[in-house]
Amino acid sequence: MGMTKDLLKKNTMLIALIAAMVLFQVLILLNNKGSLFAPTNITNLISQNSYVVILATGMLLCILTGGNIDLSVGSGVALVSAVAGLLAVNMKVNSYLVILICLVLGVAMGAAQAYWIAYMRIPPFIVTLAGMLTFRGVAWLILQGKTISPFPADFTRLFNSYLPGGSAKAITPTVSVIVAVAICAIMILLEVFSRAQKKRKGYETDKVAFVAVRVVLVCAAVLFVFYLLGQDKGIPVVLILLAAVVLAYRYYTENTVPGRHLYAMGGNEKATRLSGINTDHTLFFAYTNMGLLVAVAALVCVSRFNSAAPSAGNNYELDAIGACFIGGASAYGGVGTVGGAAIGAVFMGVLNNGMSILGIDQNWQRTVKGLVLLAAVVFDVVSKKRKQSA
Amino acid sequence: MNNSLLRMEGIVKEFPGVRALDDVNLEVTEGEIHALVGENGAGKSTLMNVLSGLFPYGDYQGKIIYDGEECRFSNIKDSEKKGIVIIHQELALIPHMTVAENMFLGNERGVAARIDWDETHKKADELMKAVGLNESSRSLIKDISVGKQQMVEIAKALAKNVRLLILDEPTASLNEDDSQKLLALLLEFKSQGITSILISHKLSEVEQVADHITILRDGSTIETLTKDKDEISESRIVKGMVGREIGDRFPKRDSRVGDVSLEVKNWTVYHPLYEGRKVCDNVNIKIHYGEVVGVSGLMGSGRTELAMSIFGRSYGTGISGELYINGKSVNLRSVKEAIDNKVAYVTEDRKGNGLILSNPFRVNTTLASLGKVSNRGAIDRDLERKVSNEYRDKLRVKCTGIEQDVGLLSGGNQQKVLLSKWMFAEPDVLLLDEPTRGIDVGAKYEIYSIINELVAQNKSILMISSEMPEILGMCDRIYVMYEGRVISELQKGEASQEIIMSKILQSAKGA
Repeated sequence: MGMTKDLLKKNTMLIALIAAMVLFQVLILLNNKGSLFAPTNITNLISQNSYVVILATGMLLCILTGGNIDLSVGSGVALVSAVAGLLAVNMKVNSYLVILICLVLGVAMGAAQAYWIAYMRIPPFIVTLAGMLTFRGVAWLILQGKTISPFPADFTRLFNSYLPGGSAKAITPTVSVIVAVAICAIMILLEVFSRAQKKRKGYETDKVAFVAVRVVLVCAAVLFVFYLLGQDKGIPVVLILLAAVVLAYRYYTENTVPGRHLYAMGGNEKATRLSGINTDHTLFFAYTNMGLLVAVAALVCVSRFNSAAPSAGNNYELDAIGACFIGGASAYGGVGTVGGAAIGAVFMGVLNNGMSILGIDQNWQRTVKGLVLLAAVVFDVVSKKRKQSA
Repeated sequence: MNNSLLRMEGIVKEFPGVRALDDVNLEVTEGEIHALVGENGAGKSTLMNVLSGLFPYGDYQGKIIYDGEECRFSNIKDSEKKGIVIIHQELALIPHMTVAENMFLGNERGVAARIDWDETHKKADELMKAVGLNESSRSLIKDISVGKQQMVEIAKALAKNVRLLILDEPTASLNEDDSQKLLALLLEFKSQGITSILISHKLSEVEQVADHITILRDGSTIETLTKDKDEISESRIVKGMVGREIGDRFPKRDSRVGDVSLEVKNWTVYHPLYEGRKVCDNVNIKIHYGEVVGVSGLMGSGRTELAMSIFGRSYGTGISGELYINGKSVNLRSVKEAIDNKVAYVTEDRKGNGLILSNPFRVNTTLASLGKVSNRGAIDRDLERKVSNEYRDKLRVKCTGIEQDVGLLSGGNQQKVLLSKWMFAEPDVLLLDEPTRGIDVGAKYEIYSIINELVAQNKSILMISSEMPEILGMCDRIYVMYEGRVISELQKGEASQEIIMSKILQSAKGA
């Protein structure tokens, strides 16, 4: 009994996401507007929300350090996009070189802000507000208010194409399923392997039945999504990128020493310092890394829109921050997971997508999103209070 | 004649895992100064928090009868309406506001839509005169001394038409002169019919002004002494507070003192904010392997600052002097270097500086030595769990498991978590700052046993403590500090509470 409760508590957001999906699906079917799970829609859902997942991952690291947010990410996306457009379209620079320059630029932008935040201890809110204005301004200057397009095909293909690709249309469904089966097989093997290793070293292991149910559920979800993708254009390249980002940062935050420092700093910075950890470095890393992911998000965005516009990335910072908090990050820092932030991003995506299919007015969509964000944070605070008084 | 203003009957207050107050009774007569004494963690502050409504009715058991009627306060405002005002040890003033603004905070003159500043300042000046404070009501709080700030707090209480003034350790951070002024003011209030409850560790002050003294020990009332009826002396009060012979509160240990492990020479540290203020002044101390060295002194005597400045310069600026570890001169520029040189500092403020309350036991235990449970930066979670379980068993930490957040544990168990963390770092020298602050007697005994085990493993312990029995019972050698200087070094046999206090008093006179 206690275990089920614990399980529910740990996966509240995932359950809420599934509930929201089911609710939308029922509403959509009742209104005869198609299906949330239509293959094309799943492809859309992924490509529309890829940038939120990437930015939310970076934002989570910042929030972990003590509820610090980065307001500049939307403008950062615009600036990196502008530079990408300038180089790739106007100056016809090699696509790989453009990507490299953009990533370096992102890191530099992040580091420039991180320096003031971490070593001068200027409140992140102020530094990134300044960054938000500055980056946006420079983006407008570079583009002189105009939109640059189209990008060379070899550039957009890197982020905005589908595997196994256009000419192999006939085998797409089969390949998708094969890839899904391979992923499942790898997950099962890893599970078995780590279990064997734990046993060998004499550590505690989870119950077999419990692990089996978990693995079966995850595999079923993977197979379902890939099957649907196979029915449409195939596996989006951006999905692979997203998986790589989420898995890498999940590992970083959960299993590495500097990752642990992020949580410790957000939990109690003084205690962390007195444990011999240089929290300035931790904070510097979090914001510099945010810059890197801003660049990644910018590359994904220019490829999808096939253009660089000075107004790009508007309000992206709010999507990223919202995703983290909906995904269970604490507004005071020290609590939150990359997986949670990713789920939060998908949750917001499903809200947008579901309401759009239902033909709900844009303004209502905003209102609903705002209320959901508030509800998520209130839920977090209230459940914490209850835990303390118990 | 015996006009009772306040009666607290059978007060019981429980925190998760601890019974902080157990059937406490307190009776305060109108117009008296009633002292409340007891060791740290005896329940004095908790009792006053119950009285002031900080713990609302229903959160505790028992009755509060004030001015003849039973009171059920649900917050501080309720008790203030009745004229009960509490002044906490940590002053609740806002540094960037003026004296007058602070004095009438939450009690503003005029109406809500328009504050009457003329009235505010006039009243503030009057009240300041009443407490003998010679300062402009337009000064900012941050610009006046701590002693004056304390007086502002009292004036603020007067502004609320106080009938019962509760002062929690009002003189803890004051110098002798300011302390005397404050006590004189309490006597002055007494003549005006204001009743005071004084919580203090300074027994000489209690002896000086109190009409009744109620002694608390381990959350229970032990006795109430009456002036002119009972013998009132420091030793009499101490007997009530401690309640038993000192000997059996400390586990026995065979002392086997070895070579010098850590030595500090001519150590001077300046305050990080107040330029030119020496917090440690030319301190010379040394610790041997297998030895427990005590550091005694009043609050603010520079003990914590000394330990922290040694621990990788985590406190102070302009640090000068030499530091030797195993006879070799070292320079510990950061906490990390200190840890690498096998020095550990266990903070007095476990919640603020020691633990990450929102993280589980496991994370807290390994935080200072993540290198030992990781391989090239990747944490081995399984090893981490194993280690945490070992320490949990070794120190007998009462928790539901290593994944329980330490914020939910009792004070004694939190202290053990803090010790686990630093024991796992495997230092040679442990600087323990108030290792038993605010924890119950049983847990204290366990902490002492852990200290003895560490010494048996040939570690060096520097123990800072404000509890003299603990210093006397545990230490092989004692340094006494006063205003940043080491004023005396005593061997176990020659030290006693009286000797330590008289050394401090002598220095106070000399200064």
